[in-house]
Amino acid sequence: METKITDPFILRGILAGIAVALISGLVGCFVVWRRMSYYGESIAHSSLLGVGLGILLGTGINFGIIVVCLIFGILFLWLQQNKILSTDTLLGVLAHLALSIGIIVISLNRIKIDIHAFLFGDILTVSSNDLWWMYLGVILVIILVSINWSSLLLVTIDEDLARAEGINPIYINLLLTTVLTIVVAVSLQIIGLLLITAMLIIPAATSRRLAGSPQQMALFATLIGIFSVILGIFLSVEVDAPSGPSIVIVSATLFFLSYLFGLIKKD
Amino acid sequence: MNTFNALISASNVSVFKHQKSILKNIDIQINKNDFITIIGPNGAGKTMLLKCLMGFYKPNFGEIQKKDKLKIGYMPQSINVINTMPITVKNFITVRKKYDDISFKQVISEVDIRHLVDKQLSVLSGGEMQRVLLARSLLNNPDLLVLDEPAQNLDISGQLSFYKLIQEIYSKRDISILMVSHDLHLVMVSTKKVLCLSNHICCSGKPQQVAQDPEFISMFGKDMANMMAVYQHTNNPSHSDSNFLIGDKNN
Repeated sequence: METKITDPFILRGILAGIAVALISGLVGCFVVWRRMSYYGESIAHSSLLGVGLGILLGTGINFGIIVVCLIFGILFLWLQQNKILSTDTLLGVLAHLALSIGIIVISLNRIKIDIHAFLFGDILTVSSNDLWWMYLGVILVIILVSINWSSLLLVTIDEDLARAEGINPIYINLLLTTVLTIVVAVSLQIIGLLLITAMLIIPAATSRRLAGSPQQMALFATLIGIFSVILGIFLSVEVDAPSGPSIVIVSATLFFLSYLFGLIKKD
Repeated sequence: MNTFNALISASNVSVFKHQKSILKNIDIQINKNDFITIIGPNGAGKTMLLKCLMGFYKPNFGEIQKKDKLKIGYMPQSINVINTMPITVKNFITVRKKYDDISFKQVISEVDIRHLVDKQLSVLSGGEMQRVLLARSLLNNPDLLVLDEPAQNLDISGQLSFYKLIQEIYSKRDISILMVSHDLHLVMVSTKKVLCLSNHICCSGKPQQVAQDPEFISMFGKDMANMMAVYQHTNNPSHSDSNFLIGDKNN
């Protein structure tokens, strides 16, 4: 069957992709600044358990993802306080445990879902109802990050400086966990859980070379993300490839191009 | 209670961590226009004491009272500059601060960083960074300035000019200073009171008293005590270069 760009499912895919880009660039800047990419990756991994439980218990996958990812994030923040194991070791244990339980839950109950779609993203899975949920998540993330913007920045720069000015870094870490969880839930269908971290990291890293302030970096990352998503989805329709990898290839190309221009400019 | 006028008063404060005593029965009172320097060996609990006094670590025992609406300016030893974050000096100093243009300009000329405000934070030298951190801590007109080894990462001339700056700020502003410093010979004429800490308060008092205290001598050696005595005798107007070492406000 011939597909056209104006087909409703492609439009829905693009709208879903823009939703992802609107928040992944913003939240991705904090992931880059705070070197939290493995944490983001781990939350994304645990989302498969949320998918399995959401279907199994009939609560819907979005609800399942939010609950499981939040529990995972809070459990991690709590265990991290003990400082017996290093952060990456702890994440390595928890993330893969959650991924494994997720796959077992899905296979044991013979739930008829396409795991492939959750791993790499599939625009065909996006319904109009999903779009409403996604944009609700987008609005929530933008509001949460905007009102706490300066506190987030200060805690990122120096936790003691923030404490001295009356901010409790624990609340800021919880806030970041919450927005990361929402980003994962919004991104899962289009990007796929294996590639969500790429959408957090690559546009922000590309934007770093162009920006002069944190706000600019977040804005440029968002614009780069939107461009990557639109071009990536066209590409995936054109060659009939999964949407997630197509989007990531476009944004990584932009990253290398910006790097190249940076080198040329220096000479 | 005579603690009513104190900015911060701590009584009988003790902190334990992993069954180890970090601070033991600390009593300290910071009053208006105090200039207190805390000295002590590594692991003496100096930074922990600052954290308790500023209220971001709750001690296991004891009580800490703060004056209502006390404004504290805090300058850490250093911050880890994040190279992945583009941020100008002005942006950093004013993040999450309520300020107006006049007080911003006043602070940056006070610490002499007018030429730096539009630079990126990641390109500053060690000495420039310390001045920027100091500017940030001064921006909201604090009643109390808390400095944690502020000149630790500077070379000797950097240390001299930094302490000179601190002395100027202390004499021009209506401010109290609480500082952790190892460079006692450089700050001792400015500082009004020295507190010698080694998990408990070993000795405290005016610098010259402390220098003669047997506990101080056993901790820092006779050389340090002698050096402090030498610095006190340089109180001579002809030494204009070392004028800043002489806290004329206190004499």
